[in-house]
Amino acid sequence: MATKSGRTIGYTKQKTAKELLFCWEALLIVILLAVNIMNICLSSNYLNLYNLFTNINSFLVKGFIAFPMAYILLLGDIDLSVGSVVCLSATILGITYNGTGSIVLAIIACLLVGFACGAFNGLVLTKFTELAPMIVTLATMTLFRGLSERILGDTSTKGMRNVKWFANIYDGRIGPVPYLFILFVILAIVFGLVMHKTTFGRHMFAIGANKVAAEYAGIRVQRIRFIVFTLMGFICGMSGVFYSSWVGSIKNDIADGYELEAISMCVLGGISSMGGKGTFPGALIAIFIIGLLRYGLGLINVNSQTISIIIGTLLIFVVMAPNLKFKLPGKKEVDSTASEN
Amino acid sequence: MNQSKGKLSEILRQREISLLIVLIILCAIVQFRNSSFLTVSVINSILKNYAYTMVLSFGMMIVLLIGGIDISVGATLAFCGMAGSLLMKNGILPNCLSVYLFTTVLGFALGALIGLVIAKGKVIPIIATLGFQYIYRGMTYLISGSTWVGTAYMLQDFKDFAQGSFLGINHLVCITIVIFVVFFVFLKWTMFGRQIYAVGSNAEAAEISGIKIDRIKILVYAICGAIAGLCGSMYTGYYASAQNDMATGTEMDVIAACVIGGVSLNGGQGSAVGVLLGAIMMAVIGKSLTLIGIDAFWQQALKGAIILLAVVINVLVQRGIDRRNLEGRVI
Repeated sequence: MATKSGRTIGYTKQKTAKELLFCWEALLIVILLAVNIMNICLSSNYLNLYNLFTNINSFLVKGFIAFPMAYILLLGDIDLSVGSVVCLSATILGITYNGTGSIVLAIIACLLVGFACGAFNGLVLTKFTELAPMIVTLATMTLFRGLSERILGDTSTKGMRNVKWFANIYDGRIGPVPYLFILFVILAIVFGLVMHKTTFGRHMFAIGANKVAAEYAGIRVQRIRFIVFTLMGFICGMSGVFYSSWVGSIKNDIADGYELEAISMCVLGGISSMGGKGTFPGALIAIFIIGLLRYGLGLINVNSQTISIIIGTLLIFVVMAPNLKFKLPGKKEVDSTASEN
Repeated sequence: MNQSKGKLSEILRQREISLLIVLIILCAIVQFRNSSFLTVSVINSILKNYAYTMVLSFGMMIVLLIGGIDISVGATLAFCGMAGSLLMKNGILPNCLSVYLFTTVLGFALGALIGLVIAKGKVIPIIATLGFQYIYRGMTYLISGSTWVGTAYMLQDFKDFAQGSFLGINHLVCITIVIFVVFFVFLKWTMFGRQIYAVGSNAEAAEISGIKIDRIKILVYAICGAIAGLCGSMYTGYYASAQNDMATGTEMDVIAACVIGGVSLNGGQGSAVGVLLGAIMMAVIGKSLTLIGIDAFWQQALKGAIILLAVVINVLVQRGIDRRNLEGRVI
């Protein structure tokens, strides 16, 4: 890309075959394949497309959150309030439906609440830039969950799934492929393109790499942060809609722990929580690794505690592996930093 | 006259003071609504109830000081508490002291493992501790077989210790005070303590000046783990039972206490006094909502709002102080 002055900008290094072979995504694909092979060996029913998509659907509800979480981590921020936002927006959906009987109104209210929660996080963080995102979203995590507790008490909302088309948001399929999966693919492409192919995406990388330098380079750091946090809220609202469509009854403890799940997915996908590093495809593969691993281990009745031990170990080892540079005789050391550009 | 004014503004400039003011205002509001708040018995029960989060805050503080974070403390606490309780149930640990010692040592080992992964494996602290949170919590369920240890299986002197008192102060509160004093002295006047600050402020500079960063990191996480282990005993002793899901989410309360207490998440900034005040503030927030008769379902929302408000006020006060300092330099 030569400009008028003849200088090249937006230069991306061409990767050699060897670098491609050892890059993070390749490693993830290997893990994903390993997980799939393991699942096939464990259960002959695994390759049944219908069952497979039934299961994929159930973790996609969380998977959506990993998209904007990737952006937030890329900025060097963190959002711990996502689970609570999903819960609060689903709560609003439930009570609006039970109150008015209109599911359309309920969905709009749900998305609006998600949007508002995200915007609130963004507003506090951009107005008080001294505050660490971790502590602000920690507080709003308690706040939003608390609001949901206040609204629902110890009751739950019911009856949403009686509306056929609403239940179909989650259940509906074209052939064996659920609507949710199609939407997931479309959104993945959009999020991936925005992150890697647009100015906005480059700005996010710049902010994550060096916030101060980005500010002086004329990037409107706070505006971008605000947009990303608001986007996060909106996607959480969306996830709230899917959750309601899936489960149908909303209590005040739903979606607990989604934040850590989404962060695990992103980090396993190679997005540094320090900001400025990572690729979107990596995060996408990691969503499926974690989701399918849980499914496969569930197939052979491994209890959920053991699964969490395995996922925790995997998370640590995958992140640690490139840093432990074993100097094998006769083999050249693989430079882990080369793949992170 | 001028001298004393200088000293006064020096004191006012400290972060702890702004925190103390917020705390006093909070207490005054609560006292105004419910006059039984500032009585010995209520204060005693608040401190007893929140003793383990206060102790845990000091462990978290040193981790935050080196620029790390440990979100596995709740899981470490649960694992140590559960392991201690199970051994007590099986009669392997004969008395109260041995349980406390065992959980502390176990916590130290678990923390050292985290430190090793972070220092030698170069894993970002939040990821490493996120992973270990999954692992330790899962292990808690595994060793207990997803059951819980009821009060009948606990040693009598172990339960009595948590309820008993020394010079009119509950034993758990005594532990808190001892830990506070140890951390205060340790951070202010020992070489290791100052090295922690050095690593947190500028790791590279610290390394060049001959501080063994890796060793400090491992030790700091190990100490945090040991504190979490100690809290495991305090927790199981106080509630006289060991549940698998105990102390879930405690790490968030503890981090909040530290940040309210003025510890920077970037490392190198914060003091034991500030953390103590922050932890007391969290305890007062947690307890006083019931005291002033707020509906149970409102409490969590209000707690979140108050934490948010407290950190925002802290920022505003800090901005004011900074501005005054700048004005002071105008010639």
